[in-house]
Amino acid sequence: MSLLRSTTPAQNASGVGTARGSAGMKTLVITLVGWSVALVIFFPILWMILTGFKTESAAIADPSFIFTPTLESYEAVQARSGYARFALNSVAVAFGSTFLALLIAIPSAYAMAFLPTKRTKGTLLWMLSTKMLPPVGVLVPIYLIFRDVGLLDTRTGLIIIYTLMNLPIVVWMLYTFFKDMPKDILEAGRMDGASTLQEVFFLLLPLTLPGIASTGLLSVILSWNEAFWSLNLTSSKAAPLTAYIASFSSPEGLFWAKLSAASTMAIAPILILGWMTQKQMVRGLTFGAVK
Amino acid sequence: MATLQLNNITKHFGDTAVIKGIDLEVNDREFVVFVGPSGCGKSTLMRIIAGLESATDGDIVIDGQRMNDVGPADRGLAMVFQSYALYPHMTVEGNMGFSMRLAGVPKEERRAKVLETAKILQLEPLLDRKPKALSGGQRQRVAIGRAIVRNPSIFLFDEPLSNLDAALRVQMRIELARLHEKLNATMIYVTHDQIEAMTMADKIVVLHDGVVEQVGSPMALYHHPANRFVAGFIGSPKMNFFDVELISTSPEGVQVRLPGGGECTVPVNAQALENASSENTPIESQPALELGIRPEHLVLDEAGALSGQIEVLERLGGQTSLYVRMGDLLVTLMTDGDVAYRVHETIRFGFAPERAHLFAADGRALPSLAQHPLAGLTRHDNRTSGDAEALA
Repeated sequence: MSLLRSTTPAQNASGVGTARGSAGMKTLVITLVGWSVALVIFFPILWMILTGFKTESAAIADPSFIFTPTLESYEAVQARSGYARFALNSVAVAFGSTFLALLIAIPSAYAMAFLPTKRTKGTLLWMLSTKMLPPVGVLVPIYLIFRDVGLLDTRTGLIIIYTLMNLPIVVWMLYTFFKDMPKDILEAGRMDGASTLQEVFFLLLPLTLPGIASTGLLSVILSWNEAFWSLNLTSSKAAPLTAYIASFSSPEGLFWAKLSAASTMAIAPILILGWMTQKQMVRGLTFGAVK
Repeated sequence: MATLQLNNITKHFGDTAVIKGIDLEVNDREFVVFVGPSGCGKSTLMRIIAGLESATDGDIVIDGQRMNDVGPADRGLAMVFQSYALYPHMTVEGNMGFSMRLAGVPKEERRAKVLETAKILQLEPLLDRKPKALSGGQRQRVAIGRAIVRNPSIFLFDEPLSNLDAALRVQMRIELARLHEKLNATMIYVTHDQIEAMTMADKIVVLHDGVVEQVGSPMALYHHPANRFVAGFIGSPKMNFFDVELISTSPEGVQVRLPGGGECTVPVNAQALENASSENTPIESQPALELGIRPEHLVLDEAGALSGQIEVLERLGGQTSLYVRMGDLLVTLMTDGDVAYRVHETIRFGFAPERAHLFAADGRALPSLAQHPLAGLTRHDNRTSGDAEALA
């Protein structure tokens, strides 16, 4: 929208009197800008996918789009094995933490959206402010705690840390979705004899399901892509795909092709999931921005 | 059988008092309308009755039982919301049967009850539709049906017609009145529209700034408004007000000087004013009096006490509204549709003194010496006579 507005004066100046032509120009410019931005954002991913199909020597040679594709990096990566185990950890941790986060966030967002107090806005802001602390700031205490309670290199430990990490965003998003739900409907339910739990299960959840789904999806993606905590808190047993990728960079020097192949395999599931649900995703992220 | 009693209800939101001590009695099978301008507390009062909002102080008594601490569903009430508040993900049948589903009523029984209600409201062909596939009027009927299914002792309506277009509103008004008859239920209805209040109510409760200004039948409020606010709020177009000068009081009424120099004796009781004033000041020392006269009670009269220049003329066909400039005042006058006056003409007009109202400086009306013969009439009386005619 802001893009559209910013181009308007220029268009008006160049296309005085030809309203249709200027509208066409505007569309063209917007389309070009849109595609350029998309390309810039997508390029690293594209390059990674391409590099995955190169030989190790081609990968470090001068960058080129023209090469003979080969699956040798993928074979090498497979040979090292372990992908399935890491992937399983990623799935368990991403979905486990998302489930847990929703379980905690739904009641809290309900309370904040429908039973607000003077301090609700403050609480929400405070929750979000925890996201502004660089995680490394609490790495040492959390590491020590995890060591002492035996959560190092466990899925449970990662699920807990990811839940805490995503909770502010999940609560915020659910809060916006719940706020958007007409209060009358819940009150009608209450008049019809619904208890709070029935209200939530029969009315609130079915009606905000798209929002809950996109919130969950975002939480899954964030957990899936998280690298800092997984690298620091896991070593082998509970290590997810992010740790798997990282393992290609350090021990034997940099193997770009193998690293790219591993990365492609790591992001593939989430990329496909995102693709299939992009409609909900966009709705979820921009929800409430424009009424 | 359902009666409702409110004892000294107050409600504060933080430091703001929204309801400032309301006492009210609603009798069995009565159609009571809460009316008032927006922000007067009428919706809040209804929500307090419903149990969706708690009263800061005071008692809510339904059928002799104190209900303050009883949940909304257990008060035996049903509410129709302004927005209808239908459950968008359920069919009409699901919407109407939801309360029974929550109560664990078996499916067959639910269906039978929903069908029975749907018949009353002509909703049978729509039972499988979702709310978004319904028109505004149909949604409204579903919302009412959802209330009927619960078999409540008191129906609450929160501005239910304000989302409908004008034609549909008139139709639903009639339908609601008919429903009241058929269900024999107590109904409380909130609206800001004084026409809805006048046409539907057995009893109107005029609210303003969180207090009850007056309670009474539509005709009583129209002919005997208790104060300037009610006088101005009830009736359309709005009542005209003139500042008048007191000349004298007598048992026949209060003599005042009208703007323009005319004199008039309004048959009201000046005694009441004298008694009520705190320092027992005689009425003569309270010169600020206001005379109120409804547009439909002003008559064109060559010998009338008032005169002014026509500024705007609105011809409605059967009636014509004249907006007449009298100094700072713009007086509204409803007259016959066939008057031949034009804009900028000067006209003289007057009124029958017994049609006029006098208001003291604090806005209270001086009580009329004679009660209007129809002031005790309720909507119910209109209905029975109407039905009798129809039968004859």
